[in-house]
Amino acid sequence: MDARITETRQMNPWQGFAPGEWMRRVDVRDFIQKNYTPYDGDEAFLAGPTARTRGIWETLTPLLAAEREKGILDASTDRPAAITAHEPGYIDRANEIIVGLQTDAPLKRAIMPNGGLRMVESGLHAYGYSLDPVVEEVWTKYRKSHNQAVFDVYTPDILAARKAGIVTGLPDAYGRGRIIGDYRRVALYGVDFLRRDKQREFHELDGAGFTEATIRLREELAEQERALAELQAMAASYGFDISRPAIDAREAVQWTYFGYLAAVKEQNGAAMSLGRVSTFLDVYILRDMAAGLLTEEEAQEMIDDFVIKLRIVRFLRTPEYDGLFSGDPTWVTECIGGMGEDGRPLVTRTSFRFLNTLSNLGPAPEPNLTVLWSTKLPEAFKAYAAKMSIETSAIQYENDDLMRPHWGDDYGIACCVSAMRIGKQMQFFGARANLAKTLLYAINGGVDEKSGETVAHGFAPIAGEVLDYAEVVEKYEAMMAWLAATYVKALDCIHYMHDKYAYERIEMALHDRDILRTMACGLAGLSVAADSLSAIKHAKVSVIRNAAGLATDFKIEGDYPAYGNNDDRADRLAVWVAETFMEKIKAQPHFYRDSMPTQSILTITSNVVYGKKTGNTPDGRRGGTPFAPGANPMNGRDLKGFVAAGASVAKIPYECSLDGISWTASATPDALGRTLEDRKRNLAACLDAYAEAGGFHVNVNVLNRETLLDAMEHPELYPQLTIRVSGYAVNFIKLSREQQMDVISRTFHQRM
Amino acid sequence: MNYICTHPDCPSALTGRRAGTCDGFLHSVETGAAVDGPGMRFVYFLSGCMFRCLYCHNPDTWKVGGGRRVSVEEALAEIAPYAGFLRRAGGVTISGGEPLVQAGFVGELLARLKADHRLHTALDTQGFLHRNLPDSWFDAMDLALLDIKHIDPEKHRALTACDVAPTLDCAQRLARLGKPMWIRHVLVPGMTDDPADLAKLAGFIADLGPAVERVEILPLHHLGAFKWKELGKPYALENTPTPTPQQLAAARTIFAGHGLAVF
Repeated sequence: MDARITETRQMNPWQGFAPGEWMRRVDVRDFIQKNYTPYDGDEAFLAGPTARTRGIWETLTPLLAAEREKGILDASTDRPAAITAHEPGYIDRANEIIVGLQTDAPLKRAIMPNGGLRMVESGLHAYGYSLDPVVEEVWTKYRKSHNQAVFDVYTPDILAARKAGIVTGLPDAYGRGRIIGDYRRVALYGVDFLRRDKQREFHELDGAGFTEATIRLREELAEQERALAELQAMAASYGFDISRPAIDAREAVQWTYFGYLAAVKEQNGAAMSLGRVSTFLDVYILRDMAAGLLTEEEAQEMIDDFVIKLRIVRFLRTPEYDGLFSGDPTWVTECIGGMGEDGRPLVTRTSFRFLNTLSNLGPAPEPNLTVLWSTKLPEAFKAYAAKMSIETSAIQYENDDLMRPHWGDDYGIACCVSAMRIGKQMQFFGARANLAKTLLYAINGGVDEKSGETVAHGFAPIAGEVLDYAEVVEKYEAMMAWLAATYVKALDCIHYMHDKYAYERIEMALHDRDILRTMACGLAGLSVAADSLSAIKHAKVSVIRNAAGLATDFKIEGDYPAYGNNDDRADRLAVWVAETFMEKIKAQPHFYRDSMPTQSILTITSNVVYGKKTGNTPDGRRGGTPFAPGANPMNGRDLKGFVAAGASVAKIPYECSLDGISWTASATPDALGRTLEDRKRNLAACLDAYAEAGGFHVNVNVLNRETLLDAMEHPELYPQLTIRVSGYAVNFIKLSREQQMDVISRTFHQRM
Repeated sequence: MNYICTHPDCPSALTGRRAGTCDGFLHSVETGAAVDGPGMRFVYFLSGCMFRCLYCHNPDTWKVGGGRRVSVEEALAEIAPYAGFLRRAGGVTISGGEPLVQAGFVGELLARLKADHRLHTALDTQGFLHRNLPDSWFDAMDLALLDIKHIDPEKHRALTACDVAPTLDCAQRLARLGKPMWIRHVLVPGMTDDPADLAKLAGFIADLGPAVERVEILPLHHLGAFKWKELGKPYALENTPTPTPQQLAAARTIFAGHGLAVF
């Protein structure tokens, strides 16, 4: 950098920025709003990958191949992870623009026993590593883990529900994740400013009533400040002084990344999302370009290098966990676009630069690029996003017009579909409850249809032969109430213990002290439940019972309207299921830390596992068959094409599912139009229509069935083949065969 | 509409009602089609066709009077939720089967799609039955997707079991009426890809003049083979290969050589 500019910026790192409240207190949104420059042009300005960028990616390629083969490349077994646990690590030190790795070598995984030692042990064991005996002794004898603590307090009801799989995926043996630190704060303010701010927050409470809540908060604030000091030390080990704000674009990217890196060094959260950094970083890039300090190529290189780092975030997990979640997802979700509350689009050139990494580096599942869609987005950006979807299938879309009224214009998405105001809100992740199985419990009076064991006590089964709609609904509601009570109790236990034993110090240090917490419940099996109710209501469904009198199968006579065809007779039932379960959750007496109950309709890829654990259902689905993912219509039942299917999904009210509603749509390229221009226009038009109808989220896959079949046979030829599943993207070749078949058998919207 | 449907197979004959009030027989609808006319299309697939194309991918739509019986009002209700979207993003395509088999119903439907919803309308047809229709029947149709299966009369008959003359006649009539057309031709290796035939077809299309907006060469695919099986009908093209990219390009070059916009 020009020496004079460096000097003046070191004196005043904010030189050239429009002033505002953000200078006096932590307020990144205010900084963005006062300083960003919307961009409504097209992608013509973008730069391709430099030789340097390609070189770094090529250095990583064989490591990634070896990792795929072995399961994990290496593990750091001798020390529990912490922000400062490892020496600096590099991919190619001389050529990296943005530096920093989770451990001292790329793809080497750290162990994080605070979540649960068992997860660490079985993770290591599965890949031929063993845990250092000292670590094992500490976490067995002296230090309790979150996992152990939760099981100390669970009730027999919770244990039974968990075992039966009517609730699954609870974060009681692993890090809950779904917390987004405002990593931008590190760049804008530097650590000194942030530490002072934490001290202010701490001392404001000196005179507060010393309730348990106050004392807990004070301890947390102390931990947060300590974590900030460790962040600073970690950055110093890479040769950077982040006590002060970033003074140029490269530092802004680097500082932001250090904040994120500290989080993924410390926490193995189920989703470790990045937030919404691109438009923030654009302000720095534009300032440097205006000063003649940066070219487009250099700006793109920085973003490319940053994204390479995000692509190699790794956690040690067990093969069972990976089986549930399909591969090795980290949910480094980055939100791009959206509109400001003042009506200006939040699209900048750096929004394009982030999407351009899919061209420069090839497609990849991470970071989980999420376009915040509004019908009012600039048309050129819509067309570019559509183009990148068509070429890479690596983008998901979420409805900014739905979320903005709730969360403002500086929210991010944690994991797949969970919106939260950045630095001002977090969630207590609650996985999901199986509402299809719940319907079977209603019919069987709380007895599990697979095991024959009584899971929910005190319920009478349905005795008649033909299912009566009114009776089923009444019993279903009662069973939902039991489930909600059991489920919310479990979540209260989990999050109490997670705060106590596996607190996210650095992530929370990058939040305000006083935040909104949501209790994010979830439901799975929506379409199976809705179609079952529709069959019971519109056709004749008779119960087939086994020798023990348990309903194990159903005979359906006549047709019924299925959810997914924009037919209110069925779609209203899906709405009823979602709204009713939310009511049952809201009716619970206690939510840990006064959190606000919400729910998502999202299955990740556990729709396969949920299906396995659920017997024959009254919609005609055979036991063991995968559920449809998220809020998708059941496979093969959406007969009117994807516009009708999307219209059905869009009917599920966001108000009853404030943690998000996921829809995955797949089309072949040919089905979207004859030429790329046609396809871009058509896809953008469909996204507009879906958003206008109130659709919340859509994964867009544009793939040929043949490509997927070939990739199953020749995975080595498709190392970067990316497909979107429920709320995130995965490497297709990392899916289990079962999941691959599920993806392929799902409706491919290809007009015949 | 004064027109009375005269084709013996027309369901209006089956239902014994006057055209304009006759019901239609609907095989299915598709809400998200993008290759059946400009933009995103809502497609009505109607039942009934007199052609027996060996490569047909919808043989389940052949049967006259098959599918679901719907009134014009009911058919209109199907698109109503999408009308706003379709006005912006594309329009409606009536396909089949062969829609002209139900010309009474289709004529009324086209007119109402225009009058009630101001939608762009396309008709996916092989044109065989056009002679029964007055010129005014086409007023509410914005675009014809006209399938010419083969230019050679004998080969056309072998492929479809019907004559080609009415189709060619229909093309010329629509050109005379100034109706925009996309001419479609399915490329079947060894059956519809003879360069001399293609050149002749291209010449014919070029002579139709500016009404022809584009020519679409559609590669044979076997995605409908299972339907033949389900219907218990032998699928004659089971062992016919789909065209290679080179074969497709070669065919398209012939049409481009006649100054046609070809896809």
